[in-house]
Amino acid sequence: MSQAAPAPEADERVKEMSSLRQALIRPELGGICGTVLVFTFFALTAFDSGMFNAQGVLNWSVVSAQFMIIAVGACLLMIAGEFDLSVGSMIGFAGMMIAIFSVTLGWPVWFSILLTFVICTAIGALNGFIVIRTGLPSFIVTLAFLFILRGFTIYFPQTLERKTIIGGIKDAAEGDWLAPIFGGKIGQGLFQWLGDNGIIGVFERGTRAGQPVVDGIPMLIVWAIGLVIVGHIILTRTRFGNWIFAAGGDAESARNSGVPVNRVKILMFMFTAFCATVFATCQVMEFGSAGADRGLLKEFEAIIAVVIGGALLTGGYGSVIGAALGALIFGVVQQGLFFAGVESSLFRVFLGVILLFAVILNTYIRRMITGER
Amino acid sequence: MSEPIIRMVNIEKHFGSVIALAGVTVEVRAGECHCLLGDNGAGKSTFIKTMSGVHKPTSGEIYFDGQPMNFEDPRDAITAGIATVHQHLAMIPLMSVARNFFMGNEPTKKILGMSFFDREKADQVTMEEMRKMGINLRGPDQAVGTLSGGERQTVAIARAVHFGAKVLILDEPTSALGVRQTSNVLATIDRVRKQGIGVVFITHNVRHAMAVGDRFTVLNRGKTLGTAMRGEISPEELQDMMAGGQEMATLEGSLGGTV
Ligand SMILES: Nc1ncnc2c1ncn2[C@@H]1O[C@H](COP(=O)(O)OP(=O)(O)O)[C@@H](O)[C@H]1O
Ligand SMILES: [Mg+2]
Repeated sequence: MSQAAPAPEADERVKEMSSLRQALIRPELGGICGTVLVFTFFALTAFDSGMFNAQGVLNWSVVSAQFMIIAVGACLLMIAGEFDLSVGSMIGFAGMMIAIFSVTLGWPVWFSILLTFVICTAIGALNGFIVIRTGLPSFIVTLAFLFILRGFTIYFPQTLERKTIIGGIKDAAEGDWLAPIFGGKIGQGLFQWLGDNGIIGVFERGTRAGQPVVDGIPMLIVWAIGLVIVGHIILTRTRFGNWIFAAGGDAESARNSGVPVNRVKILMFMFTAFCATVFATCQVMEFGSAGADRGLLKEFEAIIAVVIGGALLTGGYGSVIGAALGALIFGVVQQGLFFAGVESSLFRVFLGVILLFAVILNTYIRRMITGER
Repeated sequence: MSEPIIRMVNIEKHFGSVIALAGVTVEVRAGECHCLLGDNGAGKSTFIKTMSGVHKPTSGEIYFDGQPMNFEDPRDAITAGIATVHQHLAMIPLMSVARNFFMGNEPTKKILGMSFFDREKADQVTMEEMRKMGINLRGPDQAVGTLSGGERQTVAIARAVHFGAKVLILDEPTSALGVRQTSNVLATIDRVRKQGIGVVFITHNVRHAMAVGDRFTVLNRGKTLGTAMRGEISPEELQDMMAGGQEMATLEGSLGGTV
């Protein structure tokens, strides 16, 4: 620039935004409010039920962590402007693949897990590739995979083992180096110490007398926290994150600016599949079995968590932290209803209602951001 | 006269059976504003998209600094120094000005050997460039959706200039703007040209073209009708060429020269 123009006068028609209002305009707002609300509610209604002692906290933390793992994938994909309705089927499929490879075929568990990750992320890439190549809405393409994958998840064990649940994975995983990364626990020493010092409860009787009631943090939770942190950093702190926003905000515009939109979208489909596979692997290692009906409806729960977390269904806007809070709300409510002794079918009612509220709130926030009326 | 930075010879572009361009020849020189005029559907947008690597021409040659060029995608063109502000798709409204400004060109910094988006630098440069262009932002994280049409064009132009464009293509930057905003954008074009950048300015408004243009090319139905230098052609002649002569002449009478 040759000469810098003098700084313009503040435009008198641009209303100064109060810093409060500005602080409110963030995707996580709904998630933060919801979290506070939900914890307050259960603290008041179910405090004595054991929901907030060590076992209770572990209980809803594990459920929340499950939601979180798939919500991170769904969140980044939604911000990139696409959906994946095959997440639930992918969970069932991945679990079944691990079981078939390790139990039916007798391959080492570590190899079965790695192979399953390769297959599932490849299917994610295929999803993305079809969406990009055909220009079809990802809604339709992944709906097709919802059925295709679920079909195979039932077909394979039926033909190979004449049953729809394959067990015996715990035995197969004995001594395996990779299995504990998904099914193990960390922090046993710390929890033993907490138990010894009376900070958390210990078993009074039986074979485990003297051991703490919670003997470690399941790797599932570690994965969830890890994925949330990595997802959040990628989204907000890297150039790839900027491309994710751009690809979902306006693919054409992003492409014209030199953003490799196709690559970004396909990678996000792969990441979603990766998250589903992490979920499945942790689940299989915990249960010791794979079932053909695992993961049912998970795609919708993931999407709802993401939307509660402030992401726009139309893409280009959202937050991983928000999605994680959405998942936390889910877990706490689902388990909290149980602790409070409320009929669990009401959870579905809650889901529907909160989804509606979240979408309405998001639309309002979006208008504030873009100044649309 | 300087050598052209970019020379497009006999460019044709077919979309299936639609012939959008049937042989267009245009050259752009440094420090010159080349106006591309033509009615809606004349093929102006399609033409500049072949220049910016969005479309590959069906036939024809592109020379950049005298060398034959073959852009595979917009990134190639951007790298070569061709920046484009597309007609409808310049900015992403939901994203902040800073994120838009650096979209596809994000500055990075290394932390522990990993490469991160340098947001401090992005924010600071954006605020600085916007101030130079006379736009007062609330902050670098203000969403582009809250800017007016003229401000968005200005952000897009500032972005192109900042990244060292040699050629700046503007597709109808003034068509959706009011009087004040239009004159701001025209002033920006003038400023950019004086820095030695070649500007391709697309419009179907002859007055806007006359205000800043050094050279005028008229497109009609996918063909070049002709190129004229400033002073060689009157606004009326340009207007007539754009509309294909006849009809305009008759209309002119009844509208009293208002168009
Ligand atoms: N992607 C495309 N596929 C098919 N036809 C197209 C495409 N892009 C442009 N056209 C056609 O090419 C012609 C020129 O369009 P365009 O370059 O947008 O005109 P202008 O910008 O001068 O108004 C129009 O008839 C339009 O329908
Ligand atoms: Mg056009």
